[in-house]
Amino acid sequence: MKKLLFIALGTLVIQSCTNQSDTKLPILGNREPVERTVDGKTVVDTIYQTISPFSYFNQDSILVTDKDFDGKIYVADFFFTSCNTICPVMHRNMLDVYKKFKDNPKVKLLSHSIDIKYDLPSRLKTYATKLGVEGNQWEFVHGSRDSIFNIAAKNYLVSAFEDSSDPQGLVHQGWFILVDTKKQLRGAYDGTKADQVKQLMEDMDKLLREEAANEN
Amino acid sequence: MAIIIQSCQNEDSITYKRYYVNGKGLYEKNCQNCHGTDGKGLGTLYPPLTDSTYLIANKKKLACIIRNGQSEQITINNVAYQGQMPGNNTLADIDIAQIIVYISNSFGNKQGHYDQAEVAKELAACK
Repeated sequence: MKKLLFIALGTLVIQSCTNQSDTKLPILGNREPVERTVDGKTVVDTIYQTISPFSYFNQDSILVTDKDFDGKIYVADFFFTSCNTICPVMHRNMLDVYKKFKDNPKVKLLSHSIDIKYDLPSRLKTYATKLGVEGNQWEFVHGSRDSIFNIAAKNYLVSAFEDSSDPQGLVHQGWFILVDTKKQLRGAYDGTKADQVKQLMEDMDKLLREEAANEN
Repeated sequence: MAIIIQSCQNEDSITYKRYYVNGKGLYEKNCQNCHGTDGKGLGTLYPPLTDSTYLIANKKKLACIIRNGQSEQITINNVAYQGQMPGNNTLADIDIAQIIVYISNSFGNKQGHYDQAEVAKELAACK
C-alpha cells in the first residue's frame, strides 16, 4: 500500500513538472493545407493565417506600417477614446502589459481606434499622454474606415462595427490579440478580465523565449 | 429601555448599510469602468475618487455631477483633469444618494450617511 501511494505521489510530481514545461502556444485562425512534391513524394504543408500589410497614422501623425512590427511580437486591440464602457477597463489592463514590457525592443502594442471620424492623431496623442504612455512602443492608430474594420474582422478576428442602435454608435469586442514575428495569431485574451491579461503576459514571455530559440 | 435605544440605532445603521450596499452595485455598473474598482481613476483620463479633500469640498455638487456629467477642468491633488464625464440621467435620486454614500465611504473616505432628501434638494437646484 505504501508503495502504491509512493508511486501515486511520484506521478503527481511528474504531472506538475510537465505542466510547467515550455509548451508552445498554438497558432490560431484559419489554415489551409498545401500539397507539394519533394523528391517524388507528396508532402502537406499547412499555411497559417497571417496579418495582412497595413499602414496607419499613429498618435504622432507618423505613418506606421506592418514593417515597423517586423521581428517583434505585439498585442493588438480595438477601442475608441470616448468609449466609456469596456475601453477604460481594457486599457487599465493594457497599461500593466505596457509597464511590464516597457523598453523591450522585441515587444510592441497596437491599439486601433474604430472612431474614424473623431479619433484623429492629435486626439490619440492627448489620450496616450493622459494614459501615461510615452514614445511609440504602444502605437495608437487612426486609419480609414475600411482598413480598420476589415483588418479587425478578417485578420484579427475581432468583431467591431458601427451600430446606430448603440448609445455611442460603435460596438466592439475587447480581445487582446497576441501576434508573433511571423504575423501569426498566437493567442486571444479578454482584455476586460485581469486574470486573462495575466495569462497574456505569461504567454508573451513564453513566445519571446520561442522566438529567441528560433533565432539561434 | 436599553433594548429600544439599541433597536433605534440599528435602524439608522441599517439604512446606511442598505445605501452603501446598493451604492456599491450601482457604482460597479455605472462608474467603475472609468474610476476603477479601487477608485483610483486612470492616468489623467479619469480622476480618482480617493481624495477626501475634493470630495468634502464639493459634496454638494456631487449629485449634479453624477446626473448631468461634467466637462469643466477640475484639480485634484494638484493634478488637472480635463475631459467629458458623461451624465447618467437614467439614475433616480435614490440611486444617486446611494452612489454618493458608497463613494464617500470607500477608497479611504469616511463621511457617513447622506440621505436621499438632501440629494433631491441639490438635484432640483442643478445648474
